[in-house]
Amino acid sequence: MPQGIWVIAEQKEGKLKKVTLEMLSKAREMGQEVTALLLGSGVEGLAADLGQYGADKVLVFDAEVLKDYSTDAYTKVICDAVKEGDPSVLLGPATASGKDFLPKVAARLGTGLASDCTDLSMEDGKLVATRPMYAGKCLVETVVPDATPQMASIRPNVLAVGDPDASKSAEVVKKDVNVTDADLKAVLKEVIKGASEKVDLTEATIIVSGGRAMKDADNFKILWDLADALGSGTTVGASRAAVDSGYATHDMQVGQTGKVVNPNLYIACGISGAIQHLAGMRTSKVIVAINKDPEAPIFQKADYGLVGDLFKIVPLLTEEVKKLKAQD
Amino acid sequence: MDILVCMKQVPDTETKIVINPEGTGIVTDGIKYVMNPYDEFAVEEALKIKEKMGGTVTIVSMGPQRATEAIRTALAMGADKGVHLCDDAFEGADSYSTAKALAAAIKPLSYDIILGGKQAVDHDNAQVYAALAELLDISHVSIVTQLDVAEDGKSAVAQREVEGGAREVIEVSLPAFIACQKGLNEPRYASLPGIMKAKKKPIDVIDLAKSGLSADEVGEKGAKLKIRKFFLPPEREAGKILEGEPEELATQLVKLLREEAKAI
Ligand SMILES: Cc1cc2nc3c(=O)[nH]c(=O)nc-3n(C[C@H](O)[C@H](O)[C@H](O)COP(=O)(O)OP(=O)(O)OC[C@H]3O[C@@H](n4cnc5c(N)ncnc54)[C@H](O)[C@@H]3O)c2cc1C
Repeated sequence: MPQGIWVIAEQKEGKLKKVTLEMLSKAREMGQEVTALLLGSGVEGLAADLGQYGADKVLVFDAEVLKDYSTDAYTKVICDAVKEGDPSVLLGPATASGKDFLPKVAARLGTGLASDCTDLSMEDGKLVATRPMYAGKCLVETVVPDATPQMASIRPNVLAVGDPDASKSAEVVKKDVNVTDADLKAVLKEVIKGASEKVDLTEATIIVSGGRAMKDADNFKILWDLADALGSGTTVGASRAAVDSGYATHDMQVGQTGKVVNPNLYIACGISGAIQHLAGMRTSKVIVAINKDPEAPIFQKADYGLVGDLFKIVPLLTEEVKKLKAQD
Repeated sequence: MDILVCMKQVPDTETKIVINPEGTGIVTDGIKYVMNPYDEFAVEEALKIKEKMGGTVTIVSMGPQRATEAIRTALAMGADKGVHLCDDAFEGADSYSTAKALAAAIKPLSYDIILGGKQAVDHDNAQVYAALAELLDISHVSIVTQLDVAEDGKSAVAQREVEGGAREVIEVSLPAFIACQKGLNEPRYASLPGIMKAKKKPIDVIDLAKSGLSADEVGEKGAKLKIRKFFLPPEREAGKILEGEPEELATQLVKLLREEAKAI
């Protein structure tokens, strides 16, 4: 009988992504043995952390061919491991790579995958996954009744990370990696770095977003200044109107046809609050809106609404934040 | 190049979602349906490839009768023909059973590349392209913002958007499935002559019998992932409106964010 919960860890450049800890923290609440799968090159040292956050066992797949993410290599390694180990539940991150290989893994194994989940629970040994649809305008509960492993990908930044337990250590099992160059049909040639080295919108704890009111790309600087003052974990987003007008790049778009984000704090500057924009940021824990129109729909969803000119307010906010941080 | 585009008709993004009283689905009355916005990028890219390299563009869509409208829109943009998987048996599918049906429709066709959106903005599963590629035993590249097909049509180089605005450059042999993301191109509008011509372009309707699949493999019966409940997220209440001079607003907000919201 299939048994246990498997969690596919995500690491980047030798560091575990926070979503990995979020998944493990959830998995360890579910009362079954938790196994983490660690793929990469020279990553074995991360196994200890995985243990402290909840893994009872870590399967390490360490090989040069896994140094960079590859759809084909990840799919093969994971499917082979699942066929051998027969887990009941398989969780992975809903990140750029997770979203890429998990549906392929599910199709190869002939099982169901709930994508981009925001909650998980266990009912009589069955995984119940909650996930948003229509960009979060509604939610559904899903189950995989007749196939295993029951798969779910987990949206980053939603589940809480539990405290590490320094006394806990996982059993580490080194596994062979049976991937040859012939298995790689799609090949990574190069990685082009983004314009900024900032945290991704989907992982940010604070987002300062600008809309059409920013008027041009240069004005986004005042948003970046505020973001810098707020510290690491903060980044800048944009409405579609700002992106389509060329003030911001495509990867900065928040909304139904952009990124769906859930930071602790979302500061909307000169954004009216169209339904497609709200869909992308409504799950932010705290929403601040700065808009000169008191009737702007964004104020209906904001915890704090500031009526006024963003070009005056934002630089003053930056100064206030700097003062506050100087006292910390 | 024989180019296929997988396209889905979805509710307009303006749609306010209402759940039916049983919690088994959304209320569909009065919904306006459109081509999935990400699929527009796929249609546009297909037309561009055809303009450069010659060939045909075929739209493949699974959906109820009304989905013909979205297929016609793609034909009006310039695609050559449509394949419409339409049967009550296909209803209620998950990504897996959708991919199954699409694969059955695609297998008999000749194709050099398949394009589609990176996700459909209704169920937001973002899985069909990968599942379909797996069932067809071809590669996929997801979240593509730039695509260059080699002159011989045998391979392509795609840029894939990853975290932090970075992009992975991936070389893939064709046929492959390319899942398109915003930024790839600017979709054209259908012209009036295009709309007229589209009326005469062929749409091949494939029902369950013609697909060669059994009713157990498709739609709700073939779904591996079952939705057992639909519900709405809690409404966000409007909070405090702060008024005053910009200086006061800034001081007040920072204080509230620190002391009340504990967000900074
Ligand atoms: C298929 C489809 C998909 C879409 N997807 C998305 C999406 O993913 N994300 C998205 O954001 N939109 C999306 N949209 C677009 C959406 O409908 C809106 O058009 C868009 O969000 C508006 O952006 P905005 O709020 O920046 O601009 P506007 O609606 O023009 O609002 C500008 C706001 O700035 C205020 N303002 C002006 N000057 C100042 C000032 N000096 N100080 C303070 N406030 C000021 C104004 O009062 C106004 O409220 C989509 C639309 C469609 C049709």
